[in-house]
Amino acid sequence: MLYPITTNHYLVLSAALLVIGTLGVLTRRNIVIILMSIELILNAVNVNLIAFSHHFGAVHGQIFAIFVIAIAVAEAAVGLGILIALFRNKETVLADEIDLLKW
Amino acid sequence: MLDATFFYLFALLSVAGAVMTITRRSAVHSAIWLIVALLGVAGLYLLQKAEFLFAVQIVLYIGGIMVLFLFVIMLVNLDEAARQRQFNKQWWIALAAVAAVGAELLYFLRSGAGAFRLAPSPAARPAGGGGNTEQVADVLFSEYLLPFELVSILLLVAIVGSVILAKKRI
Repeated sequence: MLYPITTNHYLVLSAALLVIGTLGVLTRRNIVIILMSIELILNAVNVNLIAFSHHFGAVHGQIFAIFVIAIAVAEAAVGLGILIALFRNKETVLADEIDLLKW
Repeated sequence: MLDATFFYLFALLSVAGAVMTITRRSAVHSAIWLIVALLGVAGLYLLQKAEFLFAVQIVLYIGGIMVLFLFVIMLVNLDEAARQRQFNKQWWIALAAVAAVGAELLYFLRSGAGAFRLAPSPAARPAGGGGNTEQVADVLFSEYLLPFELVSILLLVAIVGSVILAKKRI
């Protein structure tokens, strides 16, 4: 079960990364670390795509992984821009202290 | 055998890096551990014969995104945040929910393992041969040309948007 490395091993690893990233998004208070956890989730998706790309011997999965990386770059840039604007206005980076819409 | 050794090495790197990323108090430490995790994932790409993505992961993720993260960490004063509580008050609900989802995923991956064996990797590589980069480029610039252009527009919008967001006065 452990020795011949199959596609399933990669899927289990991808699931583990996804779960860890989701846990980070849900539990951390620091927005910077929440953004890093989102990067972890996107990487889990990429591991999945590459595993199936290798499994089926086609490169289409790798193309999708490239698109995912491009989206991740856009997301990181916009997210960090929002973070800087937020820090300028509220002087905090803790997600649960930003409660303007809550009353 | 060597394959398995390297798989477990890279898997350990990525999972350990991921766990350390979400548990460290200092955001800089988190960023460094995230780099370790991304390196592990890059190694997995190499094991799966995706050399182009390996290079993209190193150059773009570790060289680009992580430097951006470190830049923002230095720009934003995080000392105050590092002294405070690091986790939500509802962390245990999140932990329970995530554990449930993880158990579900593991269960279905285990019970569905046979389904993957039904479609064995066809030995036939796409026509044209060449290296991995050549194959990726071939497919990217023929079948996926429109999505490729759309992504470039998206990146342009993201650049303009983040500059406007981070500007003091527009």
